[in-house]
Amino acid sequence: MNIAARSAAGALFALLASAALAQTAPDPWPELVVDIFHSRPIAAADGVIALDAPARAEDAAIVPMTMRFADPSRIKVATLVIDQNPMPMAAAFTLGEKSGVGFIETRVRVNSYSNVHAVAETGDGKLRADAKFVKASGGCSAPAVKDEDEAVANLGKMKYREFKSADPAKREAQIMIRHPNSSGMQMDPVSRAYLPAHFIDSVEVFQGDAPIFKMEGGISLSEDPTFRFTYAPNGAKTIRVEAHDNKGGVYKGEWPIGEAS
Amino acid sequence: MLRRLLALVAALAPLVAGTPARAFSLSEIAPGAYAHQGETSLMTRENAGDIANLGAIVGDESVAVIDTGGSLIEGRAFLAALREKTQKPIRYVINTHAHPDHTFGNGAFVETGATFVGHKNLPRALAARGPHYLSAFRAQMGDALDGVTIVPPTLTVDQTLTLDLGHREIVLQAWRTAHSECDLTILDPKSGVLFSGDLLFLQHVPVVDGSLLGFLDVADRLAAIKATQVVAGHGPLPAPWPKALDDQRAYLMRLTADLRAAIKKGEGVAAAAKTAGAEEREKWRLFDDYNARNATAGFAELEWEGP
Repeated sequence: MNIAARSAAGALFALLASAALAQTAPDPWPELVVDIFHSRPIAAADGVIALDAPARAEDAAIVPMTMRFADPSRIKVATLVIDQNPMPMAAAFTLGEKSGVGFIETRVRVNSYSNVHAVAETGDGKLRADAKFVKASGGCSAPAVKDEDEAVANLGKMKYREFKSADPAKREAQIMIRHPNSSGMQMDPVSRAYLPAHFIDSVEVFQGDAPIFKMEGGISLSEDPTFRFTYAPNGAKTIRVEAHDNKGGVYKGEWPIGEAS
Repeated sequence: MLRRLLALVAALAPLVAGTPARAFSLSEIAPGAYAHQGETSLMTRENAGDIANLGAIVGDESVAVIDTGGSLIEGRAFLAALREKTQKPIRYVINTHAHPDHTFGNGAFVETGATFVGHKNLPRALAARGPHYLSAFRAQMGDALDGVTIVPPTLTVDQTLTLDLGHREIVLQAWRTAHSECDLTILDPKSGVLFSGDLLFLQHVPVVDGSLLGFLDVADRLAAIKATQVVAGHGPLPAPWPKALDDQRAYLMRLTADLRAAIKKGEGVAAAAKTAGAEEREKWRLFDDYNARNATAGFAELEWEGP
């Protein structure tokens, strides 16, 4: 990976983080660039994409992350990477044409001290990245499901919320999906077999028939995957969601778009 | 420092067989009921993970141990201190839940031949979290973590279970997800002492690692238990029952009310985590270590309320 190709702030952060991590873990980012972005050059964020991340993961299982786009029309795909996680690629959002998505907020698991990268692919095919260093949570906080029985009992339930958007030209909404989104990397203490992973791998959100975004993700997303975002309304009457999990589960929801915002 | 001495004595214990663990305080809070108060702190190398309260109940024939501490060092010190009090066989080691400050000392008790007992969800919780705990705590505990193993229970409790220690029957009760998804309480009717595990925090800010609403609900139902005093998971012991529940209930209710208000206003989780519960700050120790975490998890839970 080419350090010079990254934003000054991001690079500085990464260097500091690398220094802090040097004794415990090597910086996985160069390999992640190969695996996730096929070694393509990644330029400085330059305001095209910005990542809001907390300095410390308060609860390792629920760490809010927001990717902001100055000019949504330039963004094709925005990818969130938790460098030190077992499955670093948390989510890749392909934005719908003219969707006008100003930001996407979601929640992720952060296993240990880690850089988090937000990488934008712009219409010209170039990649730009912003990065933040997140300190691991302390105490007995684990990136695990809180209540596995309840997670399974409520599997696939959805909730839709609307908010007053700060930008009058946009609407702001939130999609929530009940799902354990479990890693499966744990051993069943009775059978001694490794439990299979069970996680949401895609979520498509539409206004009417026009896609707002399609998310492809994995086990780094928190349980009950949640997405809050703004979009440019196209006059459609409903928001529609279709989510899939890795076991073939399909979860659908549709809600009338309110007058509130 | 008492804790340093404790760690030292415990560390030497295997070398000097029979070393009395004088530094490890284990008080008889009622005839045949013992408790150890941990330090109100995070787990560190210096305190060898000794931050949780531990207990033991001695019947005519045998002993039940309640939680084992936050390291093998502490578990060994506890065992040595207990052996000063009684030579009766330790038949049961009961874990009140999966957290490291309560289970990391389990390994010290394996050779006693005791049966390990826990909530029906404890094996699953230890499987899901144990490996993470072992790696995450290495950074803050260093070599005080050496030798720690994850020891799951072989006897599990679905609802309630009575264990007979010889003319002394103790009652174990499993609860719905509250502080965690595997909380278990132990009542010793003979002495009137309730060992609440982390379903009760005193002075140490409560930690929500299961369900905020579940915690409130279970804490209210705990109040009906016929006990006279309680050994909380953290904080001074023993404490009057059920009065000891009051401060925790006030905190959990404040946090719940603040989070509901933030959600109603349309605030995001990151913003809400900075402010919810803040009014309770001066009443608790370790508030800045846990409140934002409680608020974050509580927000994600309460967001599902309503239509």
